[in-house]
Amino acid sequence: MAPQTSLTDTATSPGASGHTPALPSRRRRSLTKSRSALGQVVVAPALLLLTVFFFLPVALMLWMSLHKWPLLGKITFIGLGNYTAAFQDQNFLRAAGFTLLYTVIMTPLLLLVGVALALLIRRPGRAARVFQSIYFLPVVVGFAAAGYLWLFMAQPNLGPLLDLLSRAGLASHSDNWFGTVVGALAIVCGMVVWKVAGMQMLLLNSGLQSIPVELEEAARIDGASRSQVFRYIILPLLRPTLALVLVFSVAGSLLAFDQFFIMTSGGPANQTITAVYHIYRVSFLGFQLGYGAALSALLMIVLAIVSAFQMLILRNSDHS
Amino acid sequence: MSSSASTHRAVPRAVWWIVNLSLAALFLYPFWVVLSQSIKTPTEAAAAPPTLFPQSFSLANFGKLFSNENGGAGFAMQLGNSVLVSIGATLLTIVLSTLAGYGFAKLRFRGSNLLFFATLATFMIPFQAVITPLYLVLHQIGLTNNLLGLMLVYTTFNLPFGIFLMRNSFAALPASIEEAALVDGCGILRAMVRVLLPVAIPGVISTALFTFFAAWNEFFAALILMTDQSKYTLPVALNVLSSGTFGTLDWGALQSGVAVTIVPCIVIYILLQKYYVGGMLTGATK
Repeated sequence: MAPQTSLTDTATSPGASGHTPALPSRRRRSLTKSRSALGQVVVAPALLLLTVFFFLPVALMLWMSLHKWPLLGKITFIGLGNYTAAFQDQNFLRAAGFTLLYTVIMTPLLLLVGVALALLIRRPGRAARVFQSIYFLPVVVGFAAAGYLWLFMAQPNLGPLLDLLSRAGLASHSDNWFGTVVGALAIVCGMVVWKVAGMQMLLLNSGLQSIPVELEEAARIDGASRSQVFRYIILPLLRPTLALVLVFSVAGSLLAFDQFFIMTSGGPANQTITAVYHIYRVSFLGFQLGYGAALSALLMIVLAIVSAFQMLILRNSDHS
Repeated sequence: MSSSASTHRAVPRAVWWIVNLSLAALFLYPFWVVLSQSIKTPTEAAAAPPTLFPQSFSLANFGKLFSNENGGAGFAMQLGNSVLVSIGATLLTIVLSTLAGYGFAKLRFRGSNLLFFATLATFMIPFQAVITPLYLVLHQIGLTNNLLGLMLVYTTFNLPFGIFLMRNSFAALPASIEEAALVDGCGILRAMVRVLLPVAIPGVISTALFTFFAAWNEFFAALILMTDQSKYTLPVALNVLSSGTFGTLDWGALQSGVAVTIVPCIVIYILLQKYYVGGMLTGATK
């Protein structure tokens, strides 16, 4: 965290505010006091909301996870019973497995497309900026809107995307991509790449921009090939950004819900149900709130590990 | 071509143009689909195979969308809900995160660093994990199925990032500016409004954009917390349209609904893209 400059700091180092006349010391002391009182007042509303709608629910989630907690009826304490049940719940294990599979597919895919786009728009001039804006445009579309759009695009017989591919001889109008896990996953991945790649491109591009051009030029003059420059200069210097982008897509994929709820409804045969989707079903269709809370706690732990990993990377890159 | 951009010639110029134009076409294609689909006649919108270009221009899909057939509560009402909740959450987030950001940056008190750290720690916890207890908390205070409740929830979800951005904006200002205003006889709050707020405007706009997009597009919490169709926001309204409770699924009306959901985001993005992009990069790299 950057050192702060505040009135109290400048009080001990008058040189810092040399051009402003010094305040009388009594007024300064009472100001300092009233400032810290005012500080408490101005942060209070935000902290109140965070407490009621975030910290309290987190605590409640952990408490609930130790109980059998139906929506209606008697709440009973069962210790870690929900957690042990989770590891024997075939549906949960399958959802967790599918979420991992989705993450393992999505992350390298997004990274590849993101890097490719970032390298493509890394050129001076107006055209590159326009292309950058176009690739970023889907990022502002919500997952729900994007999901219903792509759901239609790939509908058997009706879908324009299917129509185009059929005309190109790559598919048939009556193909039902949502009828198989591979097809459903492919169309969801297509939608997510379209919607998210622009974001990755932008982050990677800002990472690329921080690499001094002179460095590349010097290497080129020394006889390095383009691929060598990429491999030995750009890639190592881009590592913090790459790590950040990776963490973003891992976290986003582990929390996937909207795209599967909307585009596959978990089908075919409940094979595309993600972890969050399973928690949703347990809590709001099965009304096992305690068990849902335990699954949420497990999800929270996994995500906290991913975030901690992110902070570790960023801290290391700060000091290098 | 200058030699200063070394990747400039990594790809020949013509190839660069061809690749980018093809990719741009791919990225824009879904937008073309939703636009063309929503301005077709309802019959043409349901045609199999679909037509690539609309054969005639019609607003009938929008007419069907807004006519009262979305489960008793019209799409217009749900659009209104989205506008209300998104703008309300945005305004509230701006005010609260500006105040808190200023407090954390300039009005430090005993424990303020700890509280700021606690605020940042919420980044590590996905809101999807707290949705069940959140539902119970809202239920206890009578705010389930309530637009004010949803607005407060969206505000809470976006506050940490807003506070973070605003604290950075204020922390970047030298204390001397503020002190000069105080010497001139302004109170602390007046100093804040007159002197600091104008400098913090880019941060405010970034916070506003993030909150608005997040609230406008949020699906999961709205799906769970709102149970009455008259309280639905647009993403959940699309879900109702797609489930086709009234006979067969009306793809034309659904795509018009998607268009109504997408267009405000695109317009706002095009108008204010430098703030959005700038804010995102600050948030990601700090």
